[in-house]
Amino acid sequence: MIYVTPQQITFTDQLLLKSGAALSPVTVVYETYGKLNADKSNAILILHAFTGDAHAAFYHEGASKPGWWDDMIGPGKAFDTDKYFMICSNVLGSCKGTTGPSSIDLKTQKPFALHFPLITIQDMVALQKKLIDHLGIRKLLSVAGGSMGGMQAITWAVMYPDMVHSSIVIAACHGHTAQQIAFHEVGRQAVMADPDWQGGDYFGKALPGRGLAVARMIGHITYMSWISMEQKFGRKLQDKEKLGYDFSKDFEVESYLQYRGQSFVERFDANSYIYLTKAMDYFDLSEGKKLSEVFKGVTADLLVISFTSDWLYPSSQSQAMVRALKANDVDVSYLEIKTDYGHDAFLVEFDDQTRMISNYLTKVVRERVSRI
Amino acid sequence: MIRLDYEIIADIIEPGAKVLDLGCGDGELLSLLKMKKNCRATGIEIAAEQIFKCIERGVSVAQGNIDSDLDVYEDKRFDYVILNESLQQVVNIEKVLNAALRVGKKVVVGIPNFCHFRARLQIFFLGKVPVTKSLPYKWYNTPNLRFLSLDDFREFCSEKNISIEKACYLAAGKKVSVLPDLFADSGLFVLHHA
Repeated sequence: MIYVTPQQITFTDQLLLKSGAALSPVTVVYETYGKLNADKSNAILILHAFTGDAHAAFYHEGASKPGWWDDMIGPGKAFDTDKYFMICSNVLGSCKGTTGPSSIDLKTQKPFALHFPLITIQDMVALQKKLIDHLGIRKLLSVAGGSMGGMQAITWAVMYPDMVHSSIVIAACHGHTAQQIAFHEVGRQAVMADPDWQGGDYFGKALPGRGLAVARMIGHITYMSWISMEQKFGRKLQDKEKLGYDFSKDFEVESYLQYRGQSFVERFDANSYIYLTKAMDYFDLSEGKKLSEVFKGVTADLLVISFTSDWLYPSSQSQAMVRALKANDVDVSYLEIKTDYGHDAFLVEFDDQTRMISNYLTKVVRERVSRI
Repeated sequence: MIRLDYEIIADIIEPGAKVLDLGCGDGELLSLLKMKKNCRATGIEIAAEQIFKCIERGVSVAQGNIDSDLDVYEDKRFDYVILNESLQQVVNIEKVLNAALRVGKKVVVGIPNFCHFRARLQIFFLGKVPVTKSLPYKWYNTPNLRFLSLDDFREFCSEKNISIEKACYLAAGKKVSVLPDLFADSGLFVLHHA
């Protein structure tokens, strides 16, 4: 068992946000795995998804479970910590240590709640850049992430082309579509319809747990696929031999969703939920331009991965990115991995992802770093 | 041992050329072009298993369909577009070849010769659709959609105003110079728009 201790840094200068607002001070919680080499050329930044955190791999002291992508990060794994120095930081707006709406506003000495400025994927990346600068790393070997992490990975390649040799974009998109926004809006409305929401100012009081649980239940449905739900639950009954003909739990899938909703309330803040979903909904790299125009400055080598049964971030969105990158002569590789696990596949399908990513990183090192 | 068709293609292509391989398989040719000729090489391939192998070889490859994926490229973006042993599996031959000729300054096409003399003998004497070493499939399991001879292809090029700059015929790992239409398993053609 390898242990890791979270670290943190507070930046006191202003972080200028895409909205025009500014934020300071900003604290970032991060973890690192493996060793940074002498010329600092082996650093890879891992970008977590919506409700993830900086704890991507290894174990915290006394914990029974490792980090969320431990199957992918470690000695001999896809992101081989014997070769690479891995960094993962919690995103801006989250509730897992980095500054977010549940952090204390120094002006009022109370949690920001809805006084926290609206944030974007670009703002998350801008803060990550500050961290990378702070660590003295001029150019990352790679940035990699799935889902919201993938949105950050492609954004890194667009915003800071001189700072990334490669970018690994998994189960992501270049901009949220109406359907993606719609699911998030239902989640936000569920949170805000909870009487305990209280305009976001619930700190020290009852949490808007019912609303947040419903939001998470909806989210979970979108992360699975029709077939994975059929295989996992089908019409199986929960603690029952026959239908109850009442509104208590009949089906296993009901019980599962309720359990996942409830356990989510214990680990995630409702304000962060609505801020981060909004950040994803605001995400649109093209902003009215042609995507191929947006990717003009991209110099990184790109690896794009999508999953056949992912209907939340369907392959067509990844393919649109690949096409626009190709139109700009970017070195891009793309694979659609066959799986029944839906959007969640990036947290489940380790064999195929490992085979792609470990070999891809070897290629990037050979082509981009050894030449420098 | 490098396959002879790969070796010939690598000889044709100038050092440092930009190359797109349509239906690049496991990436062996692209890898050869990168290492031997310092080409900027990339491929399109439909089979996932082959994509893994390309990445293992350190070759850029995007999963996709060669019938539809060339639209994104500007005219003459590549020095060479390669269609080696893939054209016979394409639905719309003319569309793909035209797209290849549009995005590539030159196109290298490799096709199997369905009218090798052994195939001709099998049809004539056995009355069966031929199965040969270089065309090992039965009629019901062949991935090939198009069955053509070397002459058919040359005729097609002349009808469509496509210039054949160079042609090379192969059989059993050797070049064939005598009666290639009968004795060659495959042909390699370097094409450009007339």
